[in-house]
Amino acid sequence: MTVLTDVSVAQAPPALEPVAITIDSLGKRYGTGPLVLDNINLSIGAGQFVCLLGASGCGKSTLLNIIAGLEKPTEGAVTVASGKAAVMFQDAALFPWLTAGHNVELALKLRGVPRKDRRAGALELLDLVNLADAADKRPHELSGGMRQRVALARSLAQDRKVLLMDEPFAALDAITRDLLHEELERVWRQTGRTIVFVTHNVREAARLGQRILLMSSRPGRIVNEWTITDAGSRRIESPEVARLGDEITDQLREEIRRNAS
Amino acid sequence: MPADTRTATAHDPSHDELRRLEAGLDSLQAVPETPRGAFRRTLDGVIPPILLLVGLVAAWQVYILIAKPRPDLIPGPVDVFGALVSAWNSDRLQLAVTTSLERGGLGFLIAVAIGTPIGLLLAECRPVRRALGPLLSGLQVLPSVAWVPAAIIWFGLSDATVYFVILMGAVPSIANGLVSGVDQIPPQLRRVGTVLGASRFEMATLVVLPAALPGYFSGLKQGWAFAWRSLMAAEIIVIGGNIGFGLGSMLHQSRELADLSGVLATILVILFVGILVELVIFAPIERRLLRRRGLMAAGLR
Repeated sequence: MTVLTDVSVAQAPPALEPVAITIDSLGKRYGTGPLVLDNINLSIGAGQFVCLLGASGCGKSTLLNIIAGLEKPTEGAVTVASGKAAVMFQDAALFPWLTAGHNVELALKLRGVPRKDRRAGALELLDLVNLADAADKRPHELSGGMRQRVALARSLAQDRKVLLMDEPFAALDAITRDLLHEELERVWRQTGRTIVFVTHNVREAARLGQRILLMSSRPGRIVNEWTITDAGSRRIESPEVARLGDEITDQLREEIRRNAS
Repeated sequence: MPADTRTATAHDPSHDELRRLEAGLDSLQAVPETPRGAFRRTLDGVIPPILLLVGLVAAWQVYILIAKPRPDLIPGPVDVFGALVSAWNSDRLQLAVTTSLERGGLGFLIAVAIGTPIGLLLAECRPVRRALGPLLSGLQVLPSVAWVPAAIIWFGLSDATVYFVILMGAVPSIANGLVSGVDQIPPQLRRVGTVLGASRFEMATLVVLPAALPGYFSGLKQGWAFAWRSLMAAEIIVIGGNIGFGLGSMLHQSRELADLSGVLATILVILFVGILVELVIFAPIERRLLRRRGLMAAGLR
């Protein structure tokens, strides 16, 4: 694995592949408050796995919500080439009155899939996250990791090319999280989705990302980025993840220290 | 995309391993449930109150036997039971129960039909809520019997008077129940609805209403309680005209005849109708509603 550090972020990466998300001089502030996001320029290639990394309150979730269309930018523009994006939150937010299968079916229904195809479609998606047996269970009967996998199946049911994930594994225990990393990576490789993954966990970013973007806080800017040439799956305890993690952590701490004064 | 998924995964040994790993973790983390049979559940629900009832009646009878009070002031269980039997034999009991239940049920259904749209409007429309919210909360506190004199002047001694009083009692509770049900929806569920591309109508029918159901249901329960109470009050006060013979009327009649056994018997019947409606209609629906959402404490299952 080679790690390329490229500080001149404003430039788009060489456009070898079609672009899935374009962000153009994006700025965001709430009311008359301070700038939350400042001049973000970004171009994300189709099929890329991008990790958005930063300390709490750096505006990474805001950026994700803007890409998702849940919030409006104050300046600049965001273009998602394939239209709307699927979103997954930290909280699985499954509908508690529906079974796991019906939760996925509801997403299919809202997408416009005809009734007769929904059941089979939902089962197939649940099978993709190894939960075909749990289709008739209700959310409260599932563990946190299982709920998050149902949520993943539900966002895959939207069949959108872009999947936005807002710290989806932050509330899980380490063993479950480790497994879900593997699961997510497998799903990503199988489905070819473009994934933007927000996290404050450096190791998680180093484990998953093809491209890692580090954000500064107040205002949120993209200050550095790492591109990892994809050489297959890597484990979270592997030395290369540790080395990359160390490097990113040093810089993240530098950014946090800057807020001390 | 999902079509070629299975064939792709079937040949991947590392995926099989992940599958087994996940299945193992899932079964470790799953909470085993110990379901009890419906019979056992019913038994658990029915036996304690019956035991208590038997105990109370026995204590009452013992008091009568020991203290020997004047039977026209404190009748014994036997006298009250006798009053019940004579009311049954003269068909007054059946008539009163069916009349009251019919009125209460119909009035309640009308209250649901009126209270639900008001509640939805209140929950989803801020200006309406600011204007109407305090008034509705006030109406919920106001005893609906207070409307009886006005209703008699407006509608005379007719069924309309009774229904009006029922509505004034039940509608605010039902509307307020729906409002609090909607208020308690986690905002995340609405966001998911937006992300999944729900239209306004789909959001209301597929997300907001089902999510608000537990709160709405407790509003319905309270609405029924208010409807039943208001009905009894109205029937006691509004006598004559072309008004039918309800439980309240029976109570009034027994009082006119200074028949304390009859009064007590009627009170017991009113109480039992209330308990029966709760046990037969509301409790099973509520239990089902809460259990399906995992909102019921383990001890109450």
